[in-house]
Amino acid sequence: METVLAVLIGVLVATSVYLMLARSILRFVFGLVLLSNAANLVIFAAGRLTRAEPALVPSGLSAPVASVANSLPQALVLTAIVIGFGLLAFALALVFRGYQVLGTLNTDRMRIAEPVDSKQSGEQPSREADAR
Amino acid sequence: MSWLLALPIMLPFITAVVVFLLRKNGPASRWISVGGCAALLVVAVALLVEVLRHGVITGQMGDWPAPFGITLVADLLSAVMVVITAITGLAVAIYATADIDARREGLGYHALFQVLLAGVCGAFVTGDLFNLYVWFEVMLIASFGLLVLGGTKAQLDGGIKYVALNLVSTVLFLSGIGMLYGMTGTLNLADLHLAVARIENQGLLTVVAVLFIVAFGIKAAVFPLFFWLPASYHTPSVAVSAVFAGLLTKVGVYALIRMFTLVFTHDTAYTHELLLVIAALTMVTGVLGAAAQNEFRKILSFHIVSQIGYMVLGLALFTPLALAGAVFYLVHHIIVKANLFLVSGVAKRVTGSFDLSAMGGLYKSSPLLAIIFLIPAFSLAGFPPLSGFWAKYLLVKASLDIGAYVIAATALVVGLLTVFSMTKIWAEAFWKPSPTVEAPTIGLISGMDRLVLVLPMAALAVLTIIIGLFPEPFVAFAERAAGQLLNPASYVQAVMGASP
Repeated sequence: METVLAVLIGVLVATSVYLMLARSILRFVFGLVLLSNAANLVIFAAGRLTRAEPALVPSGLSAPVASVANSLPQALVLTAIVIGFGLLAFALALVFRGYQVLGTLNTDRMRIAEPVDSKQSGEQPSREADAR
Repeated sequence: MSWLLALPIMLPFITAVVVFLLRKNGPASRWISVGGCAALLVVAVALLVEVLRHGVITGQMGDWPAPFGITLVADLLSAVMVVITAITGLAVAIYATADIDARREGLGYHALFQVLLAGVCGAFVTGDLFNLYVWFEVMLIASFGLLVLGGTKAQLDGGIKYVALNLVSTVLFLSGIGMLYGMTGTLNLADLHLAVARIENQGLLTVVAVLFIVAFGIKAAVFPLFFWLPASYHTPSVAVSAVFAGLLTKVGVYALIRMFTLVFTHDTAYTHELLLVIAALTMVTGVLGAAAQNEFRKILSFHIVSQIGYMVLGLALFTPLALAGAVFYLVHHIIVKANLFLVSGVAKRVTGSFDLSAMGGLYKSSPLLAIIFLIPAFSLAGFPPLSGFWAKYLLVKASLDIGAYVIAATALVVGLLTVFSMTKIWAEAFWKPSPTVEAPTIGLISGMDRLVLVLPMAALAVLTIIIGLFPEPFVAFAERAAGQLLNPASYVQAVMGASP
């Protein structure tokens, strides 16, 4: 089972890196979704995968009877999923708003905050101009 | 005791709720925000006094004993960082009363600002790795909101880059936490300190350590991971970029210092050597990047990167004096950098631009502003007798002590190049005659506004001078803090032994 998860995590990371290297910022966000899921699976796998009972104490007892699964990684993953969901929702909204205002999803064209044609800086203006 | 630890987090959250409900009522929300920051400062100072008196103090949240529950811990470094957060927060909150327009206030600027402060304080006092991640996220989501608040083109453009790279950093951080938990079975920092010594596969631990260097490195904006910073810090309102410049990257540096003194000390020959190389390259690229810029806040942004290098240098050398230098540098830098951004905002209001070629004549029209600029600017460059001189002195002396002559020379040359950038701003914005026909005048700003804009800047400048003229207690404090960092026994005992 660990092997399957490891391969799955590898595939997720590879796909997400491929997506994040794309010029479109929307693909970058999709890549980020996959990457954060891969991270969640890392935590899940790190907590050891065992066949055990849920960590519940039967009524009337003060300790569980059988060996129980480690519930901490599950709690961590749950927290991470919730936080990740919020952040990704924000990122998606930001990208959409950026598309509306800036009129592009192409990161090469997003140069309003760091203009290339102004007289300052001279950070490869010619190369950027060629790329367009 | 644990109340004192929880209050720096709770107070800003309570203030945030109140100012959010009152966001349609500008003046009320403004001054409640200032009041919240003042209360935070009082609590922070009380916490610092308590730590000075009793050593490391801890609080087990929900009475779950460590390492099972979440522990809040304050040693000297944490306590002083909370104090400096409160000082910066108060200065910026006062400045914001005149800087933030009614529209941004209505959108909830003050509430987001308070949540940001809560996140920063939480990151400083937590003693739990996963909890640190949560505070990073609180801080991050508030900073996202602040950065794009107002929604101008430049803000959205800078915001997208900021959000993208910081989200990658949090995912790396999360993966690092997962792997470290898998190896040690604990998330409590003090417990981790004990647990990493028992790991057989020390090589894998180094891999995880590097994962943390990358994750915190993005937050702290070190070379080659800093590109989000100069892309975004010059786009939001001045009151936003000042608090970002003062606090956000420093949380990354704090996290690096904490993790690489408490947990990852098993292979300093590799990890701290790597940090040393990163520190040198960060100093140099930052200062060279600044030299190429011609916009007030962009120059300052690149200088943040350069200065981060000095703090990482202090950690990388890993001697008592070097760590004391890093702690001193952290405190000095937050004050100075936030102040410089505040000055840039007033300069913009007077001259109407952040572009150095369109500015000018500020020395003639507003000499007070010129003096307030000169103090932090020369402090940043490391002129005696200002705070930056002592910060740099400690680090250079620490490098010379262990025979690291190249790094000492690098630190000195970078200081010299910092002077170049600061004199460029001085010559362009303050000294040269105004390029516009109508000379700029500070009279454009109304009396009340002028007072609340100048007051925080002057206070921070005075603080810089005080640290510069009387460095002895501050250096002694930094040395004590460094001693605690290098001998985590008292930290570990305070956390693990505090509960039955």
